[in-house]
Amino acid sequence: MAALTLSQLQPRILAPVDLQINAGELIFISGPSGSGKSLLLRAIADLDPNQGEVLIDDRPRTSIPAPEWRRRVGLLPAESGWWADRVGDHFITAAAARAASSTDPADNADRDPAVSTALPHLLTRLGFERDVLDWDIQRLSTGERQRLALARLLLNDPEVLLLDEATANLDPTNREHAEQLIDDYRRQRRAAVLWASHDPDQRQRLAQAAGGRCFVIDSGQLIPELSL
Amino acid sequence: MDLISLSPFDLSLAAGLVLLLAALSWRLHLGIERRILIAAARSTVQLVLLGLVLKVLFATTDPLLIGLLALVMLSVAGWEVMARQRRRFRGAWGYGIGALSMFLSSFSITVLALTVIIGVTPWYQPQYLIPLLGMLLGNTMNGIAVALDGLSRQAWEGRNRIEARLLLGATWSEAIADIRRDALRAGLIPITNAMTTAGLVSLPGMMTGQILAGSPPMEAAKYQLLIMFMIAGGTGLGSIAAISIGARRLFDGRHRLRLERLRVV
Repeated sequence: MAALTLSQLQPRILAPVDLQINAGELIFISGPSGSGKSLLLRAIADLDPNQGEVLIDDRPRTSIPAPEWRRRVGLLPAESGWWADRVGDHFITAAAARAASSTDPADNADRDPAVSTALPHLLTRLGFERDVLDWDIQRLSTGERQRLALARLLLNDPEVLLLDEATANLDPTNREHAEQLIDDYRRQRRAAVLWASHDPDQRQRLAQAAGGRCFVIDSGQLIPELSL
Repeated sequence: MDLISLSPFDLSLAAGLVLLLAALSWRLHLGIERRILIAAARSTVQLVLLGLVLKVLFATTDPLLIGLLALVMLSVAGWEVMARQRRRFRGAWGYGIGALSMFLSSFSITVLALTVIIGVTPWYQPQYLIPLLGMLLGNTMNGIAVALDGLSRQAWEGRNRIEARLLLGATWSEAIADIRRDALRAGLIPITNAMTTAGLVSLPGMMTGQILAGSPPMEAAKYQLLIMFMIAGGTGLGSIAAISIGARRLFDGRHRLRLERLRVV
């Protein structure tokens, strides 16, 4: 569980952004394509050079090594990248990194099994059979890639989720599964979630259910969304 | 067995072949006749000049002059490495990475060969130094150019794959590891192939030259082996150096992929 604070954070084409996301809070951002939603998320993950500071539970980003920062503040990009031929090979590094970073094996014991980030559980909840790990990356559809990228990200146990159009290419059933999984993860891990979505219906539905806030990027400024 | 001296007339007969090639290129609309003629003219001027310079050098054995020539050779090789990249590092890095890695590998290996293996005194005797360094630079240049080109091209095209790993918490080094490996392998393939087929398909240039000059074939073979092993070592060390510096330069202190440090030409 962690809160995320953006303090005068300035990605390339945006005005400086100040924003406080509490632990367990859901915040949506929207705006026309090219308005800078993805750039804002990338800046928070420290993937592009940017000005300003981001804090996780009052601890500044600059005091945390970048790889550790990106494990704790997990970004799901709109277009996921795959570097090996087989699906399963993409889950090895994430799991290994997690095993290395968690010193206490009992660490996982007290967690609610409903949001277990054990791989088989994640795959089942996203509608995959176990044999998906043997599949060829080339065989995957865009939607399958998106769901697998979400599983790959959650396997890292991030404290904050940055989602860039996380369900944009999913059919209604799979979208609901993914939304449900993200919602469970947010509530039970008390994870702060910042979600860029262009789907007004999704923003309204999920923000209302979770008591979340909605923002829109308008000519380089992040402002509260009023029209919902 | 004495060396038969070539007259200018003999050479112009051979040059006729290049003219014929240029004429064919014009007739077949290949569009490279100008480049063929310019390249032929360049090699004529360059080699004649080198012949003249070496003639003077061999007479003086002035270490300063020899050092100067070695430096000129190195800087041209560095330039050539840069010219072969489709995506170059911006600023001094574009030239520096290739030149520095060639300097590290070629010079150290040439000096090692001259002092320890051949045992020339003084070690900078130009009759040995310049040809060995030339062979070494010419070949490591190819390997380094291929390796660097592979690195920058794959990083450019593989941005998504690299950033996907960074986003999952990989360090820059882990994120580029497979690309780095691929690029290195590509740089080492030419010399590996050359060693495989040496003597079976092709008679290597240095050995040919020594045999024409009247050396016993066995001596020529030994020198050819020496130079080939030196080239293999030099290409390997040089490519590793170039790829290590280049891969590091693609990322900054916060493990961000900085593709804007490359420019397309």
